[in-house]
Amino acid sequence: MATYLEFIQQNEERDGVRFSWNVWPSSRLEATRMVVPLACLLTPLKERPDLPPVQYEPVLCSRTTCKAILNPLCQVDYRAKLWACNFCFQRNQFPPAYTGISEVNQPAELMPQFSTIEYVIQRGAQSPLIFLYVVDTCLEEDDLQALKESLQMSLSLLPPDALVGLITFGRMVQVHELSCEGISKSYVFRGTKDLTAKQIQDMLGLTKPAMPMQQARPGQPQEQPFVSGRFLQPIHKIDMNLTDLLGELQRDPWPVTQGKRPLRSTGVALSIAVGLLEGTFPNTGARIMLFTGGPPTQGPGMVVGDELKVPIRSWHDIEKDNARFMKKATKHYEMLANRTATNGHCIDIYACALDQTGLLEMKCCANLTGGHMVMGDSFNTSLFKQTFQRIFSKDFNGDFRMAFGATLEVKTSRELKVAGAIGPCVSLNVKGPCVSENELGVGGTSQWKICGLDPTSTLGIYFEVVNQHNAPVPQGGRGAIQFVTQYQHSSTQRRIRVTTIARNWADAQSQLRHIEAAFDQEAAAVLMARLGVFRAESEEGPDVLRWLDRQLIRLCQKFGQYNKEDPTSFRLSDSFSLYPQFMFHLRRSPFLQVFNNSPDESSYYRHHFARQDLTQSLIMIQPILYSYSFHGPPEPVLLDSSSILADRILLMDTFFQIVIYLGETIAQWRKAGYQDMAEYENFKHLLQAPLDDAQEILQARFPMPRYINTEHGGSQARFLLSKVNPSQTHNNLYAWGQVTLTSLQPPPLNTWQLLPCSSLL
Amino acid sequence: MNVNQSAPPVPPFGQPQPVYTGYHQSSYGGQPGSTAPPTPYGAYNGPVPGYQQTPLPGVSRAPPSSEAPPASTAQAPCGQAAYGQFGQGDVQNGPSSTVQMQRFPGSQPFGSVPLAPVVSQPTVLQPYGPPPTSAQVTAQLAGMQIGGAVAPALPPVGLGYGPPTSLASASGSYPNSGLYGSYPQGQAPPLSQAQGHLGAQPPQRSAPPQASGFTSPASGGPRMPSMTGPLLPGQGFGGPSVSQPNHVSSPPPQALPPGTQMTGPPGPPPPMHSSQQPGYQLQQNGSFGPVRGPQPNYGSPYPGAPTFGSQPGPPQPLPPKRLDPDAIPSPIQVIEDDRNNRGSEPFVTGVRGQVPPLVTTNFLVKDQGNASPRYIRCTSYNIPCTSDMAKQAQVPLAAVIKPLARLPPEEASPYVVDHGESGPLRCNRCKAYMCPFMQFVEGGRRFQCCFCSCINDVPPQYFQHLDHTGKRVDAYDRPELSLGSYEFLATVDYCKNNKFPSPPAFIFMIDVSYNAIRSGLVRLLCEELKSLLDFLPREGGAEESAIRVGFVTYNKVLHFYNVKSSLAQPQMMVVSDVADMFVPLLDGFLVNVSESRAVITSLLDQIPEMFADTRETETVFAPVIQAGMEALKAAECAGKLFLFHTSLPIAEAPGKLKNRDDRKLINTDKEKTLFQPQTGAYQTLAKECVAQGCCVDLFLFPNQYVDVATLSVVPQLTGGSVYKYACFQVENDQERFLSDLRRDVQKVVGFDAVMRVRTSTGIRAVDFFGAFYMSNTTDVELAGLDGDKTVTVEFKHDDRLNEESGALLQCALLYTSCAGQRRLRIHNLALNCCTQLADLYRNCETDTLINYMAKFAYRGVLNSPVKTVRDTLITQCAQILACYRKNCASPSSAGQLILPECMKLLPVYLNCVLKSDVLQPGAEVTTDDRAYVRQLVTSMDVAETNVFFYPRLLPLTKSPIESATEPPAVRASEERLSNGDIYLLENGLNLFLWVGASVQQGVVQSLFSVSSFSQITSGLSVLPVLDNPLSKKVRGLIDSLRAQRSRYMKLIVVKQEDKLEMLFKHFLVEDKSLSGGASYVDFLCHMHKEIRQLLS
Repeated sequence: MATYLEFIQQNEERDGVRFSWNVWPSSRLEATRMVVPLACLLTPLKERPDLPPVQYEPVLCSRTTCKAILNPLCQVDYRAKLWACNFCFQRNQFPPAYTGISEVNQPAELMPQFSTIEYVIQRGAQSPLIFLYVVDTCLEEDDLQALKESLQMSLSLLPPDALVGLITFGRMVQVHELSCEGISKSYVFRGTKDLTAKQIQDMLGLTKPAMPMQQARPGQPQEQPFVSGRFLQPIHKIDMNLTDLLGELQRDPWPVTQGKRPLRSTGVALSIAVGLLEGTFPNTGARIMLFTGGPPTQGPGMVVGDELKVPIRSWHDIEKDNARFMKKATKHYEMLANRTATNGHCIDIYACALDQTGLLEMKCCANLTGGHMVMGDSFNTSLFKQTFQRIFSKDFNGDFRMAFGATLEVKTSRELKVAGAIGPCVSLNVKGPCVSENELGVGGTSQWKICGLDPTSTLGIYFEVVNQHNAPVPQGGRGAIQFVTQYQHSSTQRRIRVTTIARNWADAQSQLRHIEAAFDQEAAAVLMARLGVFRAESEEGPDVLRWLDRQLIRLCQKFGQYNKEDPTSFRLSDSFSLYPQFMFHLRRSPFLQVFNNSPDESSYYRHHFARQDLTQSLIMIQPILYSYSFHGPPEPVLLDSSSILADRILLMDTFFQIVIYLGETIAQWRKAGYQDMAEYENFKHLLQAPLDDAQEILQARFPMPRYINTEHGGSQARFLLSKVNPSQTHNNLYAWGQVTLTSLQPPPLNTWQLLPCSSLL
Repeated sequence: MNVNQSAPPVPPFGQPQPVYTGYHQSSYGGQPGSTAPPTPYGAYNGPVPGYQQTPLPGVSRAPPSSEAPPASTAQAPCGQAAYGQFGQGDVQNGPSSTVQMQRFPGSQPFGSVPLAPVVSQPTVLQPYGPPPTSAQVTAQLAGMQIGGAVAPALPPVGLGYGPPTSLASASGSYPNSGLYGSYPQGQAPPLSQAQGHLGAQPPQRSAPPQASGFTSPASGGPRMPSMTGPLLPGQGFGGPSVSQPNHVSSPPPQALPPGTQMTGPPGPPPPMHSSQQPGYQLQQNGSFGPVRGPQPNYGSPYPGAPTFGSQPGPPQPLPPKRLDPDAIPSPIQVIEDDRNNRGSEPFVTGVRGQVPPLVTTNFLVKDQGNASPRYIRCTSYNIPCTSDMAKQAQVPLAAVIKPLARLPPEEASPYVVDHGESGPLRCNRCKAYMCPFMQFVEGGRRFQCCFCSCINDVPPQYFQHLDHTGKRVDAYDRPELSLGSYEFLATVDYCKNNKFPSPPAFIFMIDVSYNAIRSGLVRLLCEELKSLLDFLPREGGAEESAIRVGFVTYNKVLHFYNVKSSLAQPQMMVVSDVADMFVPLLDGFLVNVSESRAVITSLLDQIPEMFADTRETETVFAPVIQAGMEALKAAECAGKLFLFHTSLPIAEAPGKLKNRDDRKLINTDKEKTLFQPQTGAYQTLAKECVAQGCCVDLFLFPNQYVDVATLSVVPQLTGGSVYKYACFQVENDQERFLSDLRRDVQKVVGFDAVMRVRTSTGIRAVDFFGAFYMSNTTDVELAGLDGDKTVTVEFKHDDRLNEESGALLQCALLYTSCAGQRRLRIHNLALNCCTQLADLYRNCETDTLINYMAKFAYRGVLNSPVKTVRDTLITQCAQILACYRKNCASPSSAGQLILPECMKLLPVYLNCVLKSDVLQPGAEVTTDDRAYVRQLVTSMDVAETNVFFYPRLLPLTKSPIESATEPPAVRASEERLSNGDIYLLENGLNLFLWVGASVQQGVVQSLFSVSSFSQITSGLSVLPVLDNPLSKKVRGLIDSLRAQRSRYMKLIVVKQEDKLEMLFKHFLVEDKSLSGGASYVDFLCHMHKEIRQLLS
């Protein structure tokens, strides 16, 4: 391996792991002085087309407190058929199936290239995936129509044996029974009453499995083994029924008087959905998909009253402690989220409305269970339609890109302990020898539950070096970490993916350069950002910023080279050079700044930030700006106002938005219609190039970004202007622009071919 | 009284009546008796005698014969003689004659008296006259007179006599037939008793002879002795009984004979029976001639006595006193008499304080300013002027009001008056509505309220000139000025929330738990509803009903159905949150039948299928009602819930009940808890229902205890009905259920009603009985009110009344019609006021009284031990009668039982109430049945309580097959059953066909299509449809009986000596009941004793 860069990239591709430090300081004291904690971004289910799962079960260390999985780092005595656990040093006998083992006949898990390996567990009944639609009916007619069409369409995307269920809500909550012929049947709940899981199950008749209440007409043998069959049915059986049912869905019929919001029982609807699955399919992969078009206005979990004259809470209200429903609602949704997580289900929230919908309160439902959160203006937009469709995209194997009910276990060698994780997970509260007392993120455990995850779901995992300064690690010693992810694959198989990595220890005093060179500033930036965002959830914004600043200063102190009192002398090595820039943009990002964002938006941005992989996270921190011009192929340019030039087209990707911005001249050219003239076809191509590139991003990204096509002076240009570093003020920017306005030159004639810039992405 | 005239012709009857009539007649005599009697009697007497004989065994019969002879000889004999002549077989005659005789006496007195009662007297006389052949009569008369002569002598002799005689004289005063005494007392006295009588008689009757006969009886007292001689033999009874009845009061006639015996006995009795005996005897004298007779025989004969025994000295009295059942007042006779006397002429309501014909009589009503008795009946049409009088008399002042009563097709329903936006004209002060009694003054510019005397201005648009009599010239153009009953269209001020109501809705709520499915109920019901929905009540000539319908099924959860017309298939919405019920849908739950027919049909087809395999056995109840109520609330309309429920609601939910049926509580102080609801939840719920105008009709199909007492709370308080089909099975009970259901669904209902009864100054409505709710002391709130529901209102004095102005009642009912129209129905009734107690007693109506007393008692059991309630009733009855005896009857022997003519059935009916299932349950009566009956009775009208407490027993083969009319009824006693005959018995709820063991084979064949008695299936509920006159007639009769009742009566065929017969015998209310209820005779004796105690 040539450079650390290559090493890092290689590791990421193979194991889905990016460490902030790739050489580890060997003592606790040293480690704390490094400012950026030893941590990693782990993408547990990173797509590995080259890694076919093995069809047997892993071999475990026999020590009950360890149970590490046999891996390439273990020492193996082929003769004695013994292996030594590299975490606890326990010597283990190979199981009988491994009798043929030898240096030349190694099982995959012992080969170095299989530092990440996936096992398929054959045991246990496989249960089909479950999709429970929870649909708001307090929508405008066309919105509801669009939503119904999306839902109907989604039925065709579901795995045929998947179980589906439907809950609709408005003023009341209706749980639809799907297997009825001749009559459509639903259970109705009051939208104002909080029910316990037991009550819900009683009321749905789920508590007495011995009692198939109806339908079991003689002659029609009931093949449905589940009681819940009434509410959750295999899609292939009730496809038509459900399509009709969705087709007949009406807007909530209860009258809404002038000046009122419709009564929307989101809290109870979710509670019932959770209760239903809890009672019928605990610990089975299931998605509760909540589609809502407005804030919950009644019952538990209500976010705002139904009086339109009282607006929904803003950050201002929250700071003033003026959001009267927020705490109670948050508590309600947290309770639901925790229950859902306990049962291994996940909750998606698809909120489409022009105003806020209460994502702030409901965020934990998605955050703690690994569900999706999508925010849009209307269900009748491509943003929602395509995003929703993308949920059901498939991977190279034709499997859905979703996994369920995962538990992630982290094992460390004894010099290390795990301090916590930040990501779409909840703690399983498993104490163990490798659990640190200090918590970073969700800590105090060595196992986390991730109820829903996809190939890009990424967790930040934070460690603590516990090795004492006076007990140096022997030269050449390596620390090891094993990540064990058990999950339900979308094919319903139980699988275990095991990633075992090792890094060198280094003495920070003597070998600081090594450590410095092995710094992964991108990973570090994201990991620090996650910590910051995690803190921002519970602390005041300014405190977090101050903390971030201090960390940056300390880092620079530690690794920068400068002469006192001489700012110009400051230097950072290459491996740190971008880090301050990341921090700068992070400070300005919506993840830490709430100004100009609604609480819902903040929650939405933070939700995505806490689960995307490193690349996407970096985009979020520091949007990417490409410049298209006649002067050369598209090029990334600084996210700075100086990059806004009259004869350029800019393409900005903030992850949540794709902005195409035509410089002043370009816009005028377009207005003049040059692109339609044959002789200016190159201009047409120039205009088209960013569109194509944007399209490519739009196609690939989940959730689909807001797509903004604007130009100099356009109202939507603010999306760009708010992101760039304002090295030039708006005033001089405009003044500068006006100059060119007076002398409009035609675009250059077809002289060169535009290069595709997709490679840049 | 009027009848009298007719009476004359009747003569023959009069005689027959005698049997019971004795009493009656005397009492009735005056009135009814005359015409009707003839026929009936004939028949009756015939049989009666037979029975009597049988029962009384040798004695009774023997007596007659024996008596007869004596009679003939003696004269009193007339009666007897008559017998003799006619032959026992004709007993009728015999008795009748005797009776007559007795009556006469009575009548005579009256006659002399001239009193209004005169009427009665005349009749009496007449009857007499006729019966006896002229010759006989004369003879009788002669005899009588003689007797009379004798009598004098006697008096001294017989203790009893003494009184009687006095009675006789007094009797003159007793206008009332029975109560000779009374007349005499009042007025008669002056007359020479004996002569007076005679004289009286003659005048009255064309047939003097008879009269004479009577007179003799009157004087008879004395004669008794002579009579006695013969009578004593035991036969005394026959004779006495007959005569006695008539005389009740004036025992003399028969009494005489018996009396004679008595007299004879008297001597002995005293020794024998001590005071009691005398008492009895006396009683006998009065009515109980028989008793006396018995005395002699006593010792043995009187089984009945024992019952009494308890009271009087069981030892002596009992045996001796036995009364001849034929001698005591007979309901049958009274009914027949009234039918005959008053059935032909329409009852014109123009005159204040008229007593209407009995409820058992078919008559037409002409509204001339007072409400028809179909709407309002009073216990008395003559109210004591002061509360002291009222207290003294103890006669409850009550009105039984059926505001929406159905009328026969010949009578027009109340006119609807529309006063436009100004709304109905009312008194400014008391808010009474304009009615015929309002006085217009100042040339018509003002009117004085007849209730509170306030002077009100007449609004200009209502002004009209007065004619020379002070009447508005348009009085006859305006229903509110000329009729007793009419309706106003209400303005928006009379509507809830000041909004005109929307049309009401019906919600069908069907139990679909295991029991309901298994019994086939659900399938049957759904099938029926499909067609029944076409017959929802509609108003006037409307083409289709405005009523919307909704459907709910339930077990321990509720299923609502969306049957909106635009749906391809119905939608079912399950609400499991029964603890906090709500209506899950707004649109599509209540729909118009014709618009949503397809969806509804589809739903009704599917309901039985959907639940066909249910294994859910638990049900809820309160949440179901709650749901219906909420649905109506959401739809902002009033309406009715039809609940079809099978079991005790034990599922976890509000209103959950536990099985608390405990027969051990019977006859303890805790017995009342069996009638009280288990939880207050239902009352609360009912209150909400009433506020919403949600009426609940409950159809119960229990297989075991369901706690009717609790379940019926809501129907009861919302003006709904409860129907109960124990152990429902489609095959057996389908017809009954469907018929009830059809009727219930189709009947016209007023919704969201409020009823207020206003009275003129001096009296005030203080208590209300019925199926309704009251949130204050004056307004009766009825979520729903149909044509069967009755409210009984009790009045009390709060000031002195004025004889001249009388007392006025105005019942105003504000309701929403089936079409959603808000209306006011007004009923007015003017009553007389009296300063004489006699007037009160003369204008009473026993049936109404019983209606009130039953309701009073049935409410009492909620709070007091049943025994206390029974004792209260007895005491009250005794006080009423004692007061009469003391104040109105002529002085007579304390041993005489003297009953007011209008109340002579009070004892027998009261006894029926006392031994009803609620007050004295038999072993086979379940707690649920008692609660069920209790609440049924609460809203019954007078006709229903009448037949309910005293069932009709109709012999089927006695009258010619060709006759189209109903056969005359016989008294409800086993003694009246001939084992060669077939009888129908009905009480409004049950219908039995009793087959005698030795009924002719031909009859068996033509009715049952089997060859012999033994092959008849016991418990059969349907008669085979056979094409022969008998079968057709019987089935026709059954159909017509059913048509008369508001509930379908399931037929049960009972064979004599069969197990089921026990059930049947339960309804023979004149007999001793197994549960300890006294026989009529025994009770009468007991009553007499009570009265005597009060008097002494």
